[in-house]
Amino acid sequence: MAPRTTERLMNLLIALLVTPTYLPKSRIREIIEPYRGQSDTAFDRMFERDKDALRTLGIRIEVGETESYHGVEPGYRIRREDFELPPIDLEPAEAAVIGVAARVWQSARLGDATAVALRKLVAAGVPIDPDALSGVEPRLAASEPAFEAVWDAVVTRTPVTFLYERADGARAQRVVEPWRVVSWHGRWYLVGFDRDRSDQRLFRLSRVVGDVEPAGSPMEFDVPDDADVREIAASLFPAPPTSDAVVRVRKGRGLGLRRRALTQEPGEEGWDVITVPYGSVGELASDIASYGPDAVAVSPPELRAEVRDRLLRVLEVSTR
Amino acid sequence: MSPSAKQIERMLALVPYLRSNDGVPVTEVAELFGVPKAQIVKDLNVLWFCGLPEAVTGEMIDVDMDALTTDGVVYIDNADFLERPLRLNGYEAASLITALRALKETVAGRDLAALESALAKLIAATGGAERGASAAEVLVEDAESQVHEQAAEALRQGRRLHLQYRVESRDELTDRDVDPLRLITAEGRLYLEGWCYRAQDVRLFRLDRIEGMTVLDDPVAEHEGVERRDYATRLFHPDEDAYEAVVALHPNALWVREYVDHTELGPDEDGWVRIKVVTGDEAWLKRFVLRAGGNIRVVEPTRLAEHVVSETRASLAAYDAE
Repeated sequence: MAPRTTERLMNLLIALLVTPTYLPKSRIREIIEPYRGQSDTAFDRMFERDKDALRTLGIRIEVGETESYHGVEPGYRIRREDFELPPIDLEPAEAAVIGVAARVWQSARLGDATAVALRKLVAAGVPIDPDALSGVEPRLAASEPAFEAVWDAVVTRTPVTFLYERADGARAQRVVEPWRVVSWHGRWYLVGFDRDRSDQRLFRLSRVVGDVEPAGSPMEFDVPDDADVREIAASLFPAPPTSDAVVRVRKGRGLGLRRRALTQEPGEEGWDVITVPYGSVGELASDIASYGPDAVAVSPPELRAEVRDRLLRVLEVSTR
Repeated sequence: MSPSAKQIERMLALVPYLRSNDGVPVTEVAELFGVPKAQIVKDLNVLWFCGLPEAVTGEMIDVDMDALTTDGVVYIDNADFLERPLRLNGYEAASLITALRALKETVAGRDLAALESALAKLIAATGGAERGASAAEVLVEDAESQVHEQAAEALRQGRRLHLQYRVESRDELTDRDVDPLRLITAEGRLYLEGWCYRAQDVRLFRLDRIEGMTVLDDPVAEHEGVERRDYATRLFHPDEDAYEAVVALHPNALWVREYVDHTELGPDEDGWVRIKVVTGDEAWLKRFVLRAGGNIRVVEPTRLAEHVVSETRASLAAYDAE
């Protein structure tokens, strides 16, 4: 059964590809052998199914009106420029690095899709080297259960709905136009437009609870310019520095703080005094606290108070 | 995708490939397409019945079945209508382009230049944003690009490195000679994998913690018994004598479970969630608890819990005395 189906689909594809004008439906029925013996309804059903099968492969079939012995009827064709991979002129060094893409994805489905893409390039004569750059091991995981459904939605631009749990544990159903996914420190985030809140939002895929369902049709929305998406994603990065703090660090300790320091001067016996730029009091305070008695916040006062509060809380929970 | 659709997808790349690779061994074709040899033979048997049906011009694809059965090589003819492969669909383009964007963060120097120009050409040829080229972004925190380039160069030339490496957990600067093995991007960070002479074992070094790097004149040595580690499922392979501890997480700190290897032990009487963690060392865990501002409490071992208390008291002394 399968070989016969493949054969019929291939012949339909080739007939639609070589035809210079729309091929009338009646003519298609004459050309493709298995269509000939069918009743009208059986043929219609088979033909519809076959067109759908070709479309799922990403093949675009154009429909137009034609005139034949049977009068005006629908005609079909596949434009070569829509069908074929356009020429790609890659230098040997460029072609070589592309082969490494096969080793990147840790998701079977995306890895397979990448392999199919690479085979198409090989078939177009691109000399890909699967063993290139053997000393390089990029790893892109996609282990979040919601990842594949969200990925599909982004690629097809289909609105989706899902149950989302915020950091504070509150859950709510969201309806989102998925613009783009962003990988940051091994986690995936969705950047999109939240329809109920009428604003752009960032969702962490690991906090999507349960299934992701379509909430509209493919290509239903436009994705804004790159710049906008980058701006939202930028909230993932640490806050950019806005002020400088003075921190006392024991000699030879507090290395992570010293690395970011703008100045370092010797202080009293056994200590240095450094200035560290920061954007968030909370982030710097937790950094300083993590060094224990080796780092002490000197100024500003609110940083000093924050570190002290944090240490008091550690003491409180650790001694009860 | 149905078996027929899969087969057609393969054939649409197979035919143009065979057209420009006359006499290629069928085993080689099978390897390229990632299917058994028998499947390629089946594909060829179907292709034999495909082409322009008689009613048009009567040209079917011609497969040299003699050459296939006697010499195991493939020749096809009369397939001019499938000169080029089917273009990438959105899903494939997005997968390939995102993989290459991730790769961009790992390679350095001239490989990076080649990759960037290749990526631009691919995006143009796959139809740009319409076909998924902008579906994903891979953000990586900048490491020192000079360290990155030096490491890539040492790998290429097979030269030993001297590192000044900051061991963050112990707040300590270490000096070590390392034979570089691979550059790895994982969890959005760059690592150098290498044989460390100080540890006498394979170690991962985070590039942003390498404070100094010198490429030595010595070539890298062969290290017996070094297996190629798979970092696919986990980045760190705890040693057998790894440190185990039980900590309790405040409801505000449940996110910790997403970052740390652990076994869940259930809630305690205060509603905190207890987990058992396996970590590289005690120093790391101590800093983690101090950093958490009272959202994590050490339950076991008692020694660590006491250590946290004494460190916290010593730290607080500086604030209360002044």
